Amino acid sequence: MKKLKPVKKPKSKKGKDTFRQNNELKKMALRVREHIIRMSGNGGCFIGASLSCADLIVYLYKEFLNVSPDNFKDPARDYFFLSKGHDVPALYSTYVELGWLDEARLKNHLKTNDFIYWHPNRNIPGIEFHSGSLGHNLSVAMGVALDCKFRKQKNKIVVVVGDGELNEGSMWEALLVASAKKLDNLLIVVDRNQFQANLPTEDLIPLEPLDKKFEAFGCKVKTINGHKFSQMNNTFKKFPFEKRKVSVVIAETVRGKGLPSIEKRADRWFVNFKEEEIEQLLNELHGNKKAKLTSETIVAR
Amino acid sequence: MTYSDIVIDLINKDDRFLIMTSENRAAFRDLPPLIPNNFIDVGIAEQTLIGMAAGLALRGRTPIVHALTTFLTMRAFEFIRTDVGIGNLPVKIVGAVPGFLSDGNGPTHQALEDISIMRGIPNVNVFSPADEEDMLKGLRKVFESPSPFYMRYNTVKAVVEHSDFEIGKAETFGSGTDVAILVHGFLFTQAFRAKEILESQGFSVRLINIRTPKPIDENAILKTVDECKLIVTIEDHFITGGLYTILAEVLLRNNKTAKVLPFALMNKWFKPGLLNDVLEYEGFTSKQIAEKITKAISS
Repeated sequence: MKKLKPVKKPKSKKGKDTFRQNNELKKMALRVREHIIRMSGNGGCFIGASLSCADLIVYLYKEFLNVSPDNFKDPARDYFFLSKGHDVPALYSTYVELGWLDEARLKNHLKTNDFIYWHPNRNIPGIEFHSGSLGHNLSVAMGVALDCKFRKQKNKIVVVVGDGELNEGSMWEALLVASAKKLDNLLIVVDRNQFQANLPTEDLIPLEPLDKKFEAFGCKVKTINGHKFSQMNNTFKKFPFEKRKVSVVIAETVRGKGLPSIEKRADRWFVNFKEEEIEQLLNELHGNKKAKLTSETIVAR
Repeated sequence: MTYSDIVIDLINKDDRFLIMTSENRAAFRDLPPLIPNNFIDVGIAEQTLIGMAAGLALRGRTPIVHALTTFLTMRAFEFIRTDVGIGNLPVKIVGAVPGFLSDGNGPTHQALEDISIMRGIPNVNVFSPADEEDMLKGLRKVFESPSPFYMRYNTVKAVVEHSDFEIGKAETFGSGTDVAILVHGFLFTQAFRAKEILESQGFSVRLINIRTPKPIDENAILKTVDECKLIVTIEDHFITGGLYTILAEVLLRNNKTAKVLPFALMNKWFKPGLLNDVLEYEGFTSKQIAEKITKAISS
């Protein structure tokens, strides 16, 4: 047997590692997107927001959060709240990929024999709190964060919010209080996909300059590309961004990311695709021919 | 013993309990410096108050939440319903100046639908004590219960000695059969005096202090309806959704009817003013109540 040459040490071990994680995370996110697409028929789902948030959710659970079925009941675990509940297909699909949820249960989507419906709920192990009504889980997460402070714990409390959700006054009310209570164990991640239900955010209720708004409310803000794992890694590992301040990550994302035929489209926000469309979309996801969508667009709200 | 004494005792014995407020400290003004790790004031932000209370309850806490009750139960209604109700979390919602107790504030502060909307939320129970003594008798059981609870805060001095408290059990005074007065909360005192006036006129009267409009003591109501000729409901609440409605629900559920005289705010807010003047103006003094009941019995 030919003796192998010793492997050359990479110049930067850190860089090499990131690359390896990148590939692993990309593969996982791709599988998550496949699940999401499969959940978009038979009643349908909020596919646009699920695809925009998929990479973030995969990253957070895989690399950032100290939470798993082994510590679901441990008060020192990290907490994750999905305040914009529409993304739940991305969340449950991530649980499937982590081995926390039986893949077969995704087929129970919208079936009354299970709890897999359009918004997260605590019947699914791993879900800390239900959402669906926008503007709630930030203050719920703050209650958890404050209690962790009272108990001198070092865990992280993460809440993913939508940009459309920032129309809700309760978000800004809560931010005032979060800053007053100096909740530096709280991380707000904005899935900045530029859309709310039927329109681009900037066409309806403009949010920009969003980073300045958060800063004015006392937060420390970082903006990243919400589809680049290396950027996520570089940014999230710096949490908390500043002592005694709430950390905010504005993750710039693309609604419908991964499917060019529905990307950045307001009318493919909520979808209920036919079986043959789903097959074509799965193909499209893998870089093949663009799907030919014949389903009528739905104005869900 | 005061409200404040009981709350500090609960906190000292059990770290689960926390006081939260939206800038409403009257009930426990001396406590905050004593309990820095069990006290949270969020400022004038009722929605955030309730959302945070839910988060604290997820951590195993029992937050006792204070604010003026119109803002607590109505501004934050959807938070109570969505976070506390759906979550079935042990949050204790203490509403200040309910009903007539908001006296001179005007309609913005008049909580006259609080019982209706709070009891309408699955899992959320309601305690409306007759006076301070009644409130203190029920406080520990209500706060230690695993259920979410809404309580009308009431520190009016008692005119009677109350019996022991049990969630879901009404308190009955007398066993008269000419008329039965059902009442909850602050108007108990007027109802009690009306009972005395009616008795001095030779009528036999029983008085039911409902205590918890939810869970309602259905047996006490059914027994009363079977035994008494006239049923009177008295509440500083809109006629819709409160005690009168609860009575109607109990009767209907049991295929019964009754002759009922309701005292309530008839789809209007009350004239703001000093408390005693408000009662007089709106016709809720013991004398006015007794007169109307006398007329109803004789008709």
